[in-house]
Amino acid sequence: MTTYYTREHEWLRIEGDIAVVGITAHAAEELGELVFVEVKDAGTTLSQGDSAAVVESVKAASDIYAPVDGEIVESNTALGDDPALISNEPEGKGWIFRMRLSNPAQLDSLLDAEAYAALLA
Amino acid sequence: MNNELLRTPLHGLHVSNGGKMVPFAGYDMPLQYAPGILAEHNHTREHAGLFDVSHMGQVRIIPRNGNIEEAAKAFETLVPVDIVGLKQGRQRYALFTNENGGILDDLMVSNFGDWLYVVVNAACKTEDIERMRNALAASCIVEPLESRALLAVQGPEAAQVMARLLPETEEMRFMDARIMSLGGAEIFISRSGYTGEDGFEISIESIDAERLATLLMEQPEIKLIGLGARDSLRLEAGLCLYGSDLDTTTTPVEGALEWAMQKSRRAGGSRAGGFPGADIILEQLANGASRRRVGLKAEGRAPVRGGAPLFSSADSDSQIGTVTSGAFGPTIEGPVAMGYVTTDLAAPGTPLFAELRGKRVPVTVVPMPVVPSRFRR
Repeated sequence: MTTYYTREHEWLRIEGDIAVVGITAHAAEELGELVFVEVKDAGTTLSQGDSAAVVESVKAASDIYAPVDGEIVESNTALGDDPALISNEPEGKGWIFRMRLSNPAQLDSLLDAEAYAALLA
Repeated sequence: MNNELLRTPLHGLHVSNGGKMVPFAGYDMPLQYAPGILAEHNHTREHAGLFDVSHMGQVRIIPRNGNIEEAAKAFETLVPVDIVGLKQGRQRYALFTNENGGILDDLMVSNFGDWLYVVVNAACKTEDIERMRNALAASCIVEPLESRALLAVQGPEAAQVMARLLPETEEMRFMDARIMSLGGAEIFISRSGYTGEDGFEISIESIDAERLATLLMEQPEIKLIGLGARDSLRLEAGLCLYGSDLDTTTTPVEGALEWAMQKSRRAGGSRAGGFPGADIILEQLANGASRRRVGLKAEGRAPVRGGAPLFSSADSDSQIGTVTSGAFGPTIEGPVAMGYVTTDLAAPGTPLFAELRGKRVPVTVVPMPVVPSRFRR
Protein backbone atom coordinates (compact mmCIF):
# COMPACT_ATOMS: atom_id res chain seq x y z
CA MET A 1 0.00 0.00 0.00
CA THR A 2 1.54 3.26 -1.09
CA THR A 3 0.65 6.63 0.36
CA TYR A 4 1.40 9.84 -1.47
CA TYR A 5 1.14 13.44 -0.28
CA THR A 6 0.50 16.74 -2.02
CA ARG A 7 1.81 20.23 -1.42
CA GLU A 8 -1.81 21.13 -0.66
CA HIS A 9 -1.61 18.89 2.43
CA GLU A 10 -3.67 16.00 1.15
CA TRP A 11 -2.78 12.33 1.30
CA LEU A 12 -3.74 9.54 -1.15
CA ARG A 13 -3.59 5.89 -0.33
CA ILE A 14 -3.44 3.80 -3.50
CA GLU A 15 -5.54 0.64 -3.59
CA GLY A 16 -5.25 -0.75 -7.12
CA ASP A 17 -6.71 1.89 -9.46
CA ILE A 18 -8.45 3.64 -6.57
CA ALA A 19 -7.03 6.43 -4.44
CA VAL A 20 -8.42 7.06 -0.97
CA VAL A 21 -8.01 10.78 -0.31
CA GLY A 22 -7.94 12.77 2.90
CA ILE A 23 -6.15 15.71 4.46
CA THR A 24 -3.00 15.44 6.51
CA ALA A 25 -2.79 15.87 10.28
CA HIS A 26 -1.06 19.18 9.61
CA ALA A 27 -3.98 20.42 7.47
CA ALA A 28 -6.53 19.17 10.00
CA GLU A 29 -4.72 21.05 12.72
CA GLU A 30 -4.67 24.24 10.64
CA LEU A 31 -8.37 24.04 9.73
CA GLY A 32 -9.56 23.49 13.29
CA GLU A 33 -12.73 21.64 14.18
CA LEU A 34 -14.80 20.85 11.14
CA VAL A 35 -18.58 21.08 11.16
CA PHE A 36 -19.49 20.16 7.60
CA VAL A 37 -18.07 18.22 4.69
CA GLU A 38 -19.45 18.05 1.17
CA VAL A 39 -17.95 15.88 -1.56
CA LYS A 40 -18.78 16.14 -5.27
CA ASP A 41 -21.26 13.47 -6.34
CA ALA A 42 -20.02 10.00 -7.20
CA GLY A 43 -19.45 9.84 -10.94
CA THR A 44 -18.03 13.35 -11.14
CA THR A 45 -14.94 13.46 -13.31
CA LEU A 46 -12.23 15.78 -12.09
CA SER A 47 -8.90 17.02 -13.32
CA GLN A 48 -5.98 17.47 -11.01
CA GLY A 49 -6.54 20.68 -9.05
CA ASP A 50 -10.34 20.79 -9.45
CA SER A 51 -12.36 21.24 -6.28
CA ALA A 52 -13.41 17.76 -5.14
CA ALA A 53 -14.85 18.58 -1.74
CA VAL A 54 -15.44 21.41 0.67
CA VAL A 55 -14.72 21.20 4.38
CA GLU A 56 -16.09 23.86 6.68
CA SER A 57 -15.09 24.98 10.13
CA VAL A 58 -17.25 27.32 12.23
CA LYS A 59 -15.45 30.21 10.62
CA ALA A 60 -14.52 29.30 7.05
CA ALA A 61 -14.93 27.00 4.08
CA SER A 62 -11.91 25.36 2.44
CA ASP A 63 -11.68 23.49 -0.84
CA ILE A 64 -10.16 20.03 -1.07
CA TYR A 65 -8.66 19.59 -4.53
CA ALA A 66 -8.46 16.49 -6.68
CA PRO A 67 -4.81 15.48 -6.23
CA VAL A 68 -4.81 13.70 -9.61
CA ASP A 69 -7.19 13.21 -12.54
CA GLY A 70 -10.02 10.77 -11.95
CA GLU A 71 -13.61 10.08 -11.06
CA ILE A 72 -15.17 10.30 -7.61
CA VAL A 73 -16.46 6.83 -6.73
CA GLU A 74 -17.42 7.22 -3.09
CA SER A 75 -17.50 9.74 -0.28
CA ASN A 76 -17.07 8.94 3.40
CA THR A 77 -20.68 9.00 4.60
CA ALA A 78 -19.58 8.78 8.24
CA LEU A 79 -18.44 12.41 7.95
CA GLY A 80 -22.04 13.55 7.45
CA ASP A 81 -22.85 12.84 11.09
CA ASP A 82 -19.40 13.38 12.45
CA PRO A 83 -17.24 15.78 10.43
CA ALA A 84 -14.91 15.96 13.46
CA LEU A 85 -13.59 12.55 12.36
CA ILE A 86 -11.37 14.49 10.00
CA SER A 87 -9.91 16.48 12.87
CA ASN A 88 -9.59 13.44 15.13
CA GLU A 89 -8.33 10.81 12.68
CA PRO A 90 -7.33 12.73 9.55
CA GLU A 91 -5.30 9.92 8.05
CA GLY A 92 -7.62 7.10 9.18
CA LYS A 93 -11.40 7.14 9.68
CA GLY A 94 -11.40 10.74 8.53
CA TRP A 95 -10.75 9.90 4.88
CA ILE A 96 -12.89 12.10 2.63
CA PHE A 97 -13.42 10.41 -0.75
CA ARG A 98 -12.26 7.64 -3.06
CA MET A 99 -11.47 8.34 -6.68
CA ARG A 100 -10.66 6.09 -9.64
CA LEU A 101 -7.38 7.18 -11.19
CA SER A 102 -7.46 8.02 -14.88
CA ASN A 103 -3.84 9.09 -15.17
CA PRO A 104 -1.73 7.09 -12.66
CA ALA A 105 1.45 8.59 -14.10
CA GLN A 106 0.57 11.77 -12.19
CA LEU A 107 1.40 9.96 -8.96
CA ASP A 108 5.07 10.28 -9.81
CA SER A 109 4.90 14.03 -9.32
CA LEU A 110 3.46 13.72 -5.79
CA LEU A 111 5.43 13.59 -2.56
CA ASP A 112 6.31 10.55 -0.49
CA ALA A 113 6.10 10.64 3.31
CA GLU A 114 9.68 11.76 3.65
CA ALA A 115 9.35 14.58 1.13
CA TYR A 116 6.10 15.72 2.75
CA ALA A 117 7.73 15.75 6.19
CA ALA A 118 10.52 17.85 4.69
CA LEU A 119 7.92 20.26 3.29
CA LEU A 120 6.52 20.80 6.78
CA ALA A 121 9.92 21.18 8.39
CA MET B 1 4.70 40.04 7.64
CA ASN B 2 2.66 41.14 10.63
CA ASN B 3 4.96 43.90 11.79
CA GLU B 4 2.63 46.59 10.47
CA LEU B 5 -0.21 45.24 12.62
CA LEU B 6 -1.08 46.96 15.86
CA ARG B 7 -1.12 45.08 19.14
CA THR B 8 -3.41 45.36 22.10
CA PRO B 9 -1.94 45.50 25.62
CA LEU B 10 -2.88 41.82 25.97
CA HIS B 11 -1.02 40.68 22.84
CA GLY B 12 1.69 38.93 24.87
CA LEU B 13 -0.94 37.15 26.92
CA HIS B 14 -2.67 35.87 23.77
CA VAL B 15 0.56 34.56 22.34
CA SER B 16 1.69 32.93 25.59
CA ASN B 17 -1.72 31.26 25.84
CA GLY B 18 -1.38 29.71 22.39
CA GLY B 19 -3.58 32.16 20.56
CA LYS B 20 -3.75 31.63 16.82
CA MET B 21 -3.11 35.22 15.77
CA VAL B 22 -4.75 36.74 12.69
CA PRO B 23 -5.06 40.27 11.30
CA PHE B 24 -8.34 41.93 12.26
CA ALA B 25 -9.12 45.61 11.73
CA GLY B 26 -5.41 46.39 11.62
CA TYR B 27 -4.64 44.48 14.81
CA ASP B 28 -2.92 41.17 15.39
CA MET B 29 -5.74 39.40 17.24
CA PRO B 30 -6.42 35.89 18.53
CA LEU B 31 -8.82 33.95 16.29
CA GLN B 32 -8.84 31.09 18.77
CA TYR B 33 -6.80 29.30 21.38
CA ALA B 34 -5.99 25.59 21.73
CA PRO B 35 -9.54 24.47 22.68
CA GLY B 36 -10.85 25.80 19.35
CA ILE B 37 -13.84 27.87 18.31
CA LEU B 38 -16.51 25.26 19.14
CA ALA B 39 -15.22 24.63 22.64
CA GLU B 40 -14.69 28.35 23.28
CA HIS B 41 -18.19 29.17 22.08
CA ASN B 42 -19.74 26.48 24.26
CA HIS B 43 -17.67 27.48 27.27
CA THR B 44 -18.98 31.03 26.99
CA ARG B 45 -22.60 29.84 26.75
CA GLU B 46 -22.16 27.47 29.71
CA HIS B 47 -19.69 29.25 31.99
CA ALA B 48 -17.85 32.48 31.22
CA GLY B 49 -15.39 33.71 28.63
CA LEU B 50 -12.83 36.49 28.68
CA PHE B 51 -12.49 38.49 25.46
CA ASP B 52 -9.90 41.12 24.61
CA VAL B 53 -11.72 43.89 22.76
CA SER B 54 -9.02 46.49 23.31
CA HIS B 55 -8.81 47.11 19.58
CA MET B 56 -12.10 49.00 19.82
CA GLY B 57 -11.99 52.77 20.08
CA GLN B 58 -12.74 54.35 23.45
CA VAL B 59 -13.48 58.06 23.56
CA ARG B 60 -14.29 60.53 26.32
CA ILE B 61 -16.52 63.46 25.41
CA ILE B 62 -16.34 66.33 27.85
CA PRO B 63 -18.71 69.30 27.58
CA ARG B 64 -16.68 72.52 27.64
CA ASN B 65 -19.19 74.24 29.91
CA GLY B 66 -19.42 71.25 32.26
CA ASN B 67 -23.05 70.63 31.37
CA ILE B 68 -23.61 67.06 30.21
CA GLU B 69 -26.77 68.08 28.38
CA GLU B 70 -24.64 70.23 26.08
CA ALA B 71 -22.57 67.18 25.15
CA ALA B 72 -25.67 65.02 24.77
CA LYS B 73 -27.39 67.58 22.53
CA ALA B 74 -24.30 67.96 20.39
CA PHE B 75 -23.91 64.20 20.13
CA GLU B 76 -27.50 63.87 18.95
CA THR B 77 -26.53 65.71 15.76
CA LEU B 78 -24.59 62.56 14.80
CA VAL B 79 -26.98 59.77 15.83
CA PRO B 80 -30.73 59.07 15.49
CA VAL B 81 -30.69 58.11 19.16
CA ASP B 82 -31.90 59.74 22.37
CA ILE B 83 -28.70 60.76 24.17
CA VAL B 84 -30.22 63.67 26.14
CA GLY B 85 -32.52 61.18 27.83
CA LEU B 86 -29.72 58.76 28.65
CA LYS B 87 -29.51 58.84 32.42
CA GLN B 88 -26.31 58.95 34.40
CA GLY B 89 -24.95 55.44 34.86
CA ARG B 90 -26.70 54.08 31.79
CA GLN B 91 -25.40 52.88 28.44
CA ARG B 92 -27.14 52.81 25.08
CA TYR B 93 -26.55 51.38 21.59
CA ALA B 94 -26.27 54.03 18.86
CA LEU B 95 -25.49 54.51 15.18
CA PHE B 96 -23.55 57.16 13.31
CA THR B 97 -25.47 57.90 10.11
CA ASN B 98 -24.57 59.72 6.92
CA GLU B 99 -26.55 62.13 4.73
CA ASN B 100 -28.06 59.21 2.80
CA GLY B 101 -29.28 57.52 5.96
CA GLY B 102 -26.51 54.92 5.70
CA ILE B 103 -24.72 53.67 8.79
CA LEU B 104 -21.13 54.86 9.32
CA ASP B 105 -20.60 52.80 12.47
CA ASP B 106 -22.43 51.33 15.43
CA LEU B 107 -21.34 52.24 18.91
CA MET B 108 -22.12 52.31 22.62
CA VAL B 109 -22.63 55.53 24.56
CA SER B 110 -22.57 55.81 28.36
CA ASN B 111 -23.42 58.77 30.55
CA PHE B 112 -20.87 59.10 33.34
CA GLY B 113 -22.39 62.22 34.87
CA ASP B 114 -20.11 64.93 33.56
CA TRP B 115 -18.87 63.21 30.40
CA LEU B 116 -19.98 60.73 27.78
CA TYR B 117 -18.05 57.50 27.25
CA VAL B 118 -18.19 56.20 23.69
CA VAL B 119 -16.98 52.84 22.34
CA VAL B 120 -16.69 52.47 18.55
CA ASN B 121 -15.51 49.75 16.19
CA ALA B 122 -11.79 49.32 15.63
CA ALA B 123 -11.99 49.57 11.85
CA CYS B 124 -13.89 52.88 12.03
CA LYS B 125 -12.29 54.57 14.98
CA THR B 126 -10.06 57.02 13.13
CA GLU B 127 -12.97 58.33 11.04
CA ASP B 128 -15.32 58.27 14.03
CA ILE B 129 -12.97 60.37 16.14
CA GLU B 130 -12.48 62.85 13.31
CA ARG B 131 -16.25 63.01 12.80
CA MET B 132 -16.88 63.63 16.50
CA ARG B 133 -14.13 66.25 16.65
CA ASN B 134 -15.56 68.08 13.66
CA ALA B 135 -19.14 68.01 14.85
CA LEU B 136 -18.60 68.58 18.56
CA ALA B 137 -15.62 70.95 18.59
CA ALA B 138 -17.63 73.99 19.60
CA SER B 139 -19.15 72.44 22.68
CA CYS B 140 -17.00 69.48 23.66
CA ILE B 141 -13.51 68.14 24.04
CA VAL B 142 -13.21 64.82 22.21
CA GLU B 143 -10.50 62.78 23.88
CA PRO B 144 -9.53 59.37 22.48
CA LEU B 145 -8.67 57.08 25.38
CA GLU B 146 -5.78 55.46 23.57
CA SER B 147 -4.11 54.23 26.70
CA ARG B 148 -7.03 52.09 27.81
CA ALA B 149 -7.69 48.41 27.23
CA LEU B 150 -11.17 46.87 27.04
CA LEU B 151 -11.98 43.41 28.35
CA ALA B 152 -15.31 41.58 28.14
CA VAL B 153 -16.42 38.90 30.57
CA GLN B 154 -19.40 37.09 29.08
CA GLY B 155 -21.50 34.12 30.05
CA PRO B 156 -24.00 32.89 32.65
CA GLU B 157 -21.25 32.70 35.30
CA ALA B 158 -19.82 36.15 34.55
CA ALA B 159 -21.91 37.74 37.31
CA GLN B 160 -20.66 35.41 40.03
CA VAL B 161 -17.07 36.03 38.96
CA MET B 162 -17.50 39.79 39.04
CA ALA B 163 -19.40 39.65 42.34
CA ARG B 164 -16.43 37.80 43.85
CA LEU B 165 -13.93 40.39 42.60
CA LEU B 166 -16.10 43.47 42.89
CA PRO B 167 -19.27 43.05 45.00
CA GLU B 168 -20.71 46.42 43.84
CA THR B 169 -21.32 44.88 40.42
CA GLU B 170 -24.12 42.75 41.85
CA GLU B 171 -26.54 45.65 41.81
CA MET B 172 -25.87 46.48 38.16
CA ARG B 173 -28.55 45.67 35.59
CA PHE B 174 -28.21 45.21 31.83
CA MET B 175 -26.79 48.40 30.25
CA ASP B 176 -25.81 49.98 33.56
CA ALA B 177 -22.41 51.65 33.41
CA ARG B 178 -20.28 52.63 36.42
CA ILE B 179 -16.86 53.94 37.29
CA MET B 180 -15.35 51.76 39.98
CA SER B 181 -11.99 50.94 41.50
CA LEU B 182 -10.53 47.46 41.15
CA GLY B 183 -7.21 46.69 42.79
CA GLY B 184 -6.38 50.37 42.82
CA ALA B 185 -7.17 50.86 39.13
CA GLU B 186 -10.03 53.03 37.92
CA ILE B 187 -12.30 50.98 35.69
CA PHE B 188 -15.30 51.87 33.53
CA ILE B 189 -17.59 48.87 33.76
CA SER B 190 -20.86 48.19 31.98
CA ARG B 191 -23.20 45.25 32.24
CA SER B 192 -23.32 44.53 28.54
CA GLY B 193 -21.51 42.72 25.78
CA TYR B 194 -21.91 41.20 22.38
CA THR B 195 -22.59 37.51 22.92
CA GLY B 196 -26.26 37.46 23.96
CA GLU B 197 -25.16 36.38 27.41
CA ASP B 198 -25.13 38.29 30.67
CA GLY B 199 -21.75 39.87 31.20
CA PHE B 200 -19.59 42.90 31.64
CA GLU B 201 -17.22 45.07 29.64
CA ILE B 202 -14.36 46.56 31.61
CA SER B 203 -12.20 49.47 30.49
CA ILE B 204 -8.88 49.78 32.30
CA GLU B 205 -5.57 51.57 31.77
CA SER B 206 -3.36 49.44 29.50
CA ILE B 207 -0.66 49.21 32.11
CA ASP B 208 -3.11 47.37 34.41
CA ALA B 209 -4.79 45.27 31.72
CA GLU B 210 -2.66 42.16 31.88
CA ARG B 211 -2.92 42.06 35.67
CA LEU B 212 -6.72 42.22 35.43
CA ALA B 213 -6.83 39.64 32.64
CA THR B 214 -4.65 37.30 34.66
CA LEU B 215 -6.84 37.76 37.73
CA LEU B 216 -9.93 36.98 35.66
CA MET B 217 -8.28 33.93 34.08
CA GLU B 218 -7.50 32.60 37.54
CA GLN B 219 -11.23 32.38 38.26
CA PRO B 220 -12.36 28.78 37.68
CA GLU B 221 -15.35 29.79 35.54
CA ILE B 222 -13.30 31.71 32.98
CA LYS B 223 -11.46 30.74 29.84
CA LEU B 224 -9.84 33.00 27.26
CA ILE B 225 -11.97 33.25 24.10
CA GLY B 226 -10.92 34.34 20.61
CA LEU B 227 -12.58 36.31 17.81
CA GLY B 228 -13.87 33.17 16.08
CA ALA B 229 -16.19 32.30 18.93
CA ARG B 230 -17.05 35.97 19.41
CA ASP B 231 -18.40 35.93 15.85
CA SER B 232 -20.49 32.76 16.22
CA LEU B 233 -21.80 33.97 19.60
CA ARG B 234 -22.91 37.36 18.24
CA LEU B 235 -24.47 35.72 15.17
CA GLU B 236 -26.59 33.40 17.30
CA ALA B 237 -27.48 36.46 19.39
CA GLY B 238 -28.69 38.29 16.26
CA LEU B 239 -26.17 41.10 16.72
CA CYS B 240 -24.75 42.93 13.72
CA LEU B 241 -21.12 43.02 12.68
CA TYR B 242 -20.38 46.45 11.25
CA GLY B 243 -18.81 46.16 7.81
CA SER B 244 -20.71 42.93 7.10
CA ASP B 245 -24.30 43.34 8.27
CA LEU B 246 -24.32 47.13 8.44
CA ASP B 247 -22.49 49.64 6.31
CA THR B 248 -22.91 52.95 4.54
CA THR B 249 -25.39 51.39 2.10
CA THR B 250 -27.75 50.12 4.83
CA THR B 251 -30.06 52.38 6.79
CA PRO B 252 -31.17 51.76 10.39
CA VAL B 253 -34.65 50.80 9.13
CA GLU B 254 -33.26 48.38 6.55
CA GLY B 255 -31.02 47.03 9.29
CA ALA B 256 -34.07 46.31 11.51
CA LEU B 257 -32.62 48.65 14.13
CA GLU B 258 -35.77 50.73 14.73
CA TRP B 259 -35.53 49.74 18.41
CA ALA B 260 -32.33 51.81 18.64
CA MET B 261 -34.19 55.00 17.62
CA GLN B 262 -36.20 56.34 20.53
CA LYS B 263 -39.47 58.27 20.18
CA SER B 264 -37.88 61.62 20.98
CA ARG B 265 -35.88 61.50 17.74
CA ARG B 266 -38.72 60.31 15.53
CA ALA B 267 -41.41 62.34 13.77
CA GLY B 268 -43.51 64.05 16.44
CA GLY B 269 -40.82 63.56 19.08
CA SER B 270 -39.45 66.39 21.22
CA ARG B 271 -36.15 66.39 19.30
CA ALA B 272 -37.29 64.80 16.05
CA GLY B 273 -34.70 64.57 13.29
CA GLY B 274 -31.57 66.68 13.43
CA PHE B 275 -29.21 63.82 12.58
CA PRO B 276 -27.55 63.03 9.25
CA GLY B 277 -29.95 61.42 6.81
CA ALA B 278 -32.96 62.24 8.99
CA ASP B 279 -35.27 62.89 6.04
CA ILE B 280 -34.60 59.44 4.58
CA ILE B 281 -34.61 57.58 7.88
CA LEU B 282 -37.80 59.25 9.16
CA GLU B 283 -39.50 58.56 5.84
CA GLN B 284 -38.50 54.89 6.10
CA LEU B 285 -39.69 54.74 9.70
CA ALA B 286 -43.09 55.94 8.49
CA ASN B 287 -43.39 53.91 5.29
CA GLY B 288 -40.90 51.09 5.62
CA ALA B 289 -37.88 50.32 3.46
CA SER B 290 -37.70 48.09 0.41
CA ARG B 291 -35.38 45.57 2.04
CA ARG B 292 -34.79 44.35 5.54
CA ARG B 293 -32.23 42.49 7.61
CA VAL B 294 -33.50 39.10 8.74
CA GLY B 295 -32.25 36.01 10.52
CA LEU B 296 -31.85 32.89 8.40
CA LYS B 297 -31.72 29.26 9.35
CA ALA B 298 -30.65 26.68 6.80
CA GLU B 299 -31.63 23.05 6.62
CA GLY B 300 -28.83 20.55 7.02
CA ARG B 301 -25.41 21.39 8.37
CA ALA B 302 -23.81 23.35 5.53
CA PRO B 303 -22.97 26.84 6.81
CA VAL B 304 -24.49 29.60 4.68
CA ARG B 305 -21.95 32.40 4.72
CA GLY B 306 -21.73 36.06 3.86
CA GLY B 307 -22.06 36.78 0.15
CA ALA B 308 -24.41 33.90 -0.65
CA PRO B 309 -27.22 35.11 -2.93
CA LEU B 310 -30.82 34.49 -1.84
CA PHE B 311 -33.74 33.48 -4.05
CA SER B 312 -37.47 33.04 -3.46
CA SER B 313 -37.58 29.60 -5.05
CA ALA B 314 -35.37 26.71 -6.09
CA ASP B 315 -35.37 27.80 -9.74
CA SER B 316 -35.98 31.56 -9.72
CA ASP B 317 -33.45 33.65 -11.64
CA SER B 318 -34.05 36.88 -9.79
CA GLN B 319 -32.04 37.38 -6.66
CA ILE B 320 -34.13 38.75 -3.75
CA GLY B 321 -31.36 39.27 -1.26
CA THR B 322 -27.90 38.45 0.02
CA VAL B 323 -26.50 36.81 3.12
CA THR B 324 -24.28 39.29 4.96
CA SER B 325 -22.82 37.00 7.58
CA GLY B 326 -23.17 33.38 8.50
CA ALA B 327 -21.43 30.57 10.31
CA PHE B 328 -22.06 27.26 11.95
CA GLY B 329 -23.82 28.00 15.24
CA PRO B 330 -22.40 25.68 17.87
CA THR B 331 -25.29 26.24 20.31
CA ILE B 332 -28.01 25.54 17.74
CA GLU B 333 -25.74 22.89 16.17
CA GLY B 334 -26.52 24.16 12.72
CA PRO B 335 -26.03 27.01 10.31
CA VAL B 336 -26.98 30.51 11.45
CA ALA B 337 -26.94 33.53 9.20
CA MET B 338 -28.34 36.98 8.64
CA GLY B 339 -28.87 38.89 5.48
CA TYR B 340 -31.01 41.38 3.59
CA VAL B 341 -34.14 40.40 1.67
CA THR B 342 -36.88 42.35 -0.05
CA THR B 343 -39.35 43.42 2.62
CA ASP B 344 -42.22 41.32 1.24
CA LEU B 345 -40.13 38.23 1.96
CA ALA B 346 -38.91 39.32 5.39
CA ALA B 347 -41.62 37.76 7.57
CA PRO B 348 -40.47 34.97 9.90
CA GLY B 349 -41.31 31.60 8.41
CA THR B 350 -40.80 32.71 4.81
CA PRO B 351 -39.08 29.88 2.91
CA LEU B 352 -36.15 31.03 0.75
CA PHE B 353 -33.16 29.49 -0.98
CA ALA B 354 -29.50 30.36 -0.62
CA GLU B 355 -27.09 29.50 -3.39
CA LEU B 356 -24.08 27.55 -2.14
CA ARG B 357 -21.49 26.34 -4.62
CA GLY B 358 -24.04 26.41 -7.41
CA LYS B 359 -26.74 24.57 -5.44
CA ARG B 360 -29.91 26.00 -3.93
CA VAL B 361 -30.17 25.23 -0.22
CA PRO B 362 -33.51 25.79 1.56
CA VAL B 363 -33.37 28.48 4.25
CA THR B 364 -36.12 29.95 6.42
CA VAL B 365 -36.48 33.49 7.70
CA VAL B 366 -36.38 33.24 11.48
CA PRO B 367 -36.79 35.75 14.31
CA MET B 368 -33.55 36.91 15.89
CA PRO B 369 -31.89 36.03 18.15
CA VAL B 370 -31.87 32.32 17.34
CA VAL B 371 -30.42 31.68 20.79
CA PRO B 372 -32.48 33.54 23.42
CA SER B 373 -30.52 36.33 25.08
CA ARG B 374 -29.92 36.04 28.79
CA PHE B 375 -29.32 39.64 29.77
CA ARG B 376 -30.02 40.60 33.39
CA ARG B 377 -32.73 43.19 32.82
